[in-house]
Amino acid sequence: MKSDIQIVELETDILVIGGGAAGCYAGIKIKEEDEDVNVLVVDKGQVERSGCLAAGINAINAYLNPGVTPQDFVDYVKKDSEDLVREDLIYTIAQGLNKATHDLDKWGLPFIKDKEGNYIPKGKRSVKIKGESIKPVMAKALYQSGARVLNRVNITNYLVIDGKVRGAFGFSVRENKFYLIKAKAVICATGGASGIYKPNNPGAARHKIWYSPFNTGAGYAMGIRAGAEMTTFEMRFIALRTKDTISPTGTLAVGFKAKQLNSLGEEYQKNYSKKSTPYRLLATLKENFEGRGPCYLDTTHLDDHKAEALKEAYLHMSPSILLRWANRGVEPNEEGVEICGTEPYIVGGHAQAGYWIDQNRRSTLEGLYAAGDVAGGAPKKYVTGSMVEGEIAGLDALEYIRSVEGVDVDKSIVKEEFNRVVGPLNREKGFTPRELEERLQKLMDEYAGGISSNYRVNETKLLEARRLLNSLKEDLVKARANSLHQLMNFHEVVDRVDVARVLVEHLLWRKETRWRVYQERTDYPKRDDQNWFKFVNSVYDSKEDQIKIIEREHKGIGDLDDH
Amino acid sequence: MTIRIDKNLCDGCGKAKEPLCVRICPGNLLYKDIDKKAEIRDKGECWDCAGCVKECPKGAIEMYLQPEIDGRGATLRAKKKSEKVEFIIKSGKSAC
Repeated sequence: MKSDIQIVELETDILVIGGGAAGCYAGIKIKEEDEDVNVLVVDKGQVERSGCLAAGINAINAYLNPGVTPQDFVDYVKKDSEDLVREDLIYTIAQGLNKATHDLDKWGLPFIKDKEGNYIPKGKRSVKIKGESIKPVMAKALYQSGARVLNRVNITNYLVIDGKVRGAFGFSVRENKFYLIKAKAVICATGGASGIYKPNNPGAARHKIWYSPFNTGAGYAMGIRAGAEMTTFEMRFIALRTKDTISPTGTLAVGFKAKQLNSLGEEYQKNYSKKSTPYRLLATLKENFEGRGPCYLDTTHLDDHKAEALKEAYLHMSPSILLRWANRGVEPNEEGVEICGTEPYIVGGHAQAGYWIDQNRRSTLEGLYAAGDVAGGAPKKYVTGSMVEGEIAGLDALEYIRSVEGVDVDKSIVKEEFNRVVGPLNREKGFTPRELEERLQKLMDEYAGGISSNYRVNETKLLEARRLLNSLKEDLVKARANSLHQLMNFHEVVDRVDVARVLVEHLLWRKETRWRVYQERTDYPKRDDQNWFKFVNSVYDSKEDQIKIIEREHKGIGDLDDH
Repeated sequence: MTIRIDKNLCDGCGKAKEPLCVRICPGNLLYKDIDKKAEIRDKGECWDCAGCVKECPKGAIEMYLQPEIDGRGATLRAKKKSEKVEFIIKSGKSAC
């Protein structure tokens, strides 16, 4: 089968990997600025329904409502994230949030508005939309911008020449084609990683998870393999979600003022000092540990009209919860909705794992930018923050490429990547991607703080996770794939193993507990500002197969052009 | 949650090389089978984005919750009317 695969060579000025919020907006803004520049957006799926927004979303969760300033946004994110964040990145995101929102409105995304045409706030920093169509709307704007789009191509590695990123390799998941794409600059916008840990639900319901199961950390993994510096992988994201259907809870808590109740009917959050996102999760876990579970978001106060509005809101983002109500034969205001924690995700748009970047979203590798969930240092950027990062990266790349010449590619590096990528197609025996995936998820669950270990880690367990990951990595070369789809599934496991190895090193290094639940060390249970108010970064050395940790000081907001 | 394709309603989008659902599935899970109808590779890989349910011009695709997560037969379908989508939920009482 390998011999049937044809090598296709493409060339572009700016290659955008990933056609989600960050990638689409990068492409659109580059073309708006300079229509003569050639931009190619490559997506593993189909841009109209790809990435974590495929199902839609019912609010723009990063928008500055009247009276809220960019500094207020920075202060909020900082407080919610135990103070250790990149204020410069968050501030530059905040400056662009409303413009990105207005573009979505202009493109035809349905916003809920009052009689005067103003947006309806959901919370202080969010507005309500009917957003099931958010991806088709973004994709249409991308196609209209004049950017080229290549769907169903799984990018596997960067093309690195003399230490500079000058394109990428990939393969079609539907046609027998292997791609070499040459570019003057590359913007990585592939999204975060799910499926590293054992998920909440078993068997045929295993993909009933919150973050997209098709976002498997390719962007992180390619950066790791190429030696880009990564930051704060140890700040995982674990969401408080509805049980079984794993639907978002902000809709209930913020949008419909549902209170968190334990099984005794007590509003338990009042007993905990902090009310931030991770502390609402922590409180729920504690209530369960201490025998006062299950916990619910109470929806019984809603009148019938509001209950209908709640259903409508979920239809635009997570319709499965409506099936849960239908299966139980109840209306949303007849009983509360049980809540739980999800498996941990690595996702820079909610927590802050990702590429270490500068204010222009340049990574530490020349020619490579990162934007959206794959970019580190700026939690809670969500959809619009990811768009802003795409724009910042795109406009800087536009300047950068002016001084970049075309490159010649040595055939041997093409051959090497080709063989690495399609190798499993030639094996008749070996592990299936699914077997390797389950092995990864089980070991991470048990030794690196998954659901079954109550998200907690200690040194001994992490060292065991390291050992098991190393042996899993060795076995990856013994995998087989019998179709292009399985080949994609195989690379999704390869990428997640590389991400997991870096994650474990980060968790081992930070000897304090800074982010409760997300990063909880039972052997170092306290936050320790004196020794650990700094970033834990890492660079992977592929020749030595070693992950080197670099500590970076926290610099605050620093010098911004127009702060 | 996953999907079920009604083979009596699905016409594989006629002569189209790619039926609309196959075109948009974010997980690359759908394909045109030997009978030229849409089929899902593995129900356990579906995320439940409902993209295919909304896109299908014949209304042939429905979503349901797997038994593992308390699914008891309720289904969700959708009709696309110009830019708007209308959802139809059926309780599981009469279904399988």
